[in-house]
Amino acid sequence: MQFFWAFVIGGALCVIGQLLMDLTSYKFTPAHVLVTFVSVGAVISAVGLYQPLVNLAGAGATVPLTGFGHLLAQGALNGVKQNGLLGAFSGGVAAAAAGITAAVVFGYLAALTFRPRG
Amino acid sequence: MAAPKKNGMQTVWFQNPPVIIATASIVGYREGEGPLGKTFDLVVQDTYYGEKTWEKAEQRMLQEAMQKALEKAGLQVKDIDFMLAGDLLNQIITANFTARVLGIPFLGLYGACSTMYEGLALGAMLIDGGFAEKVLVGSSSHYNTTERQYRFPTELGNQRPMTAQWTVTGAGAAVLAREGSGPVITHATIGKVVDLGQGDSMNMGAAMAPAAADTITCHLQDTARQPDYYDLIVTGDLGAYGKKLAEQLVTQYGYNISDRFTDCGILIYSAAQDVHAGGSGCGCSAVVTCGYLIDSLKTGKYKRLLGIGTGALLSPCSVQQGETVPGIGHAVVIEMR
Repeated sequence: MQFFWAFVIGGALCVIGQLLMDLTSYKFTPAHVLVTFVSVGAVISAVGLYQPLVNLAGAGATVPLTGFGHLLAQGALNGVKQNGLLGAFSGGVAAAAAGITAAVVFGYLAALTFRPRG
Repeated sequence: MAAPKKNGMQTVWFQNPPVIIATASIVGYREGEGPLGKTFDLVVQDTYYGEKTWEKAEQRMLQEAMQKALEKAGLQVKDIDFMLAGDLLNQIITANFTARVLGIPFLGLYGACSTMYEGLALGAMLIDGGFAEKVLVGSSSHYNTTERQYRFPTELGNQRPMTAQWTVTGAGAAVLAREGSGPVITHATIGKVVDLGQGDSMNMGAAMAPAAADTITCHLQDTARQPDYYDLIVTGDLGAYGKKLAEQLVTQYGYNISDRFTDCGILIYSAAQDVHAGGSGCGCSAVVTCGYLIDSLKTGKYKRLLGIGTGALLSPCSVQQGETVPGIGHAVVIEMR
């Protein structure tokens, strides 16, 4: 059943992003989608509404960009619990460190290995 | 007192019409697969053309197109008085680096995608003004260098709306001479920069259409000609949407051109190639003019044509800062005598 919800929720999030671009004749660029999704994900997560979505849809909710916002928000909240106010600044990125490092490492490996064909 | 060779507001006429004695064109694989594939001198399958970067590939294409045009004219570099060239990359590096190799006295041009026609107009003026015997004109564009420069690196795999056009990979060159055989340039109409407030950089055809319509109308008024004087009126790279818009505007201005009006950006690709609104880029009007259009004049398919190079005068920075996209159109009359 989780596969089903992962497909539906993950797909729905992507449809929203696609519609934002299509319905604005691409004035709303992929960069806008990225920033909006991460920010909105963080806000929804901060008010406690994203975790239920993750429980329901698993990777369908964590893989899209809103999931990254969720990770940042939860990391910041946990940071505050452990390190006080300073944790609000360090916690978010610490929680997302695996994802960020993976992006750098695999991006680098891909750049080394492949050549864009255009 | 009006200048002796100026006709009306924006048009100049040539007393001894300069001759296009040779042209050459080199294109990428996608253009080679298009309906005009056979009209180009060379189709390059590899987007890198054996070079390390796409920028180097584009430069090599422009250089070889210019050399090929010289070869077809039976001329050498030293026979050419001036070289006029431009492209779409920052500081027109493609043209600059080509001029570095060729060593011809060089004037770099930037008219965005109108550059080839700007070059033809200026080259004809240099010759008829008595400043040159022979002028080499060229321009180029490359899909991947242009995407990197103006939009997103192609590696990002960004989506394109249906109004977007596909930048032509290709270079065209022409040798103009005071005497010789071939089609001649009789008039040129220099365009004004026109901006009707179109701000969508993914719909350049619509941004350039008002400028093209303005130049076409002005040319017809300046020369007191009707559209039927020409067998073909052809714009550079308005694409499907821009062409429609330009046609409507010209009709509003009181001329009906629809039965003889087309666009290089529409001619160069077939619908099956899924390039959306058509071709664009400096290379678009350059390769279609230096290939198909000049061929058609030579074979007698057309006798007189009005070509309008169209350019969108934006920069990536101006788009990000929310500026609208101004357009320009330069018209050149090419006739077979």
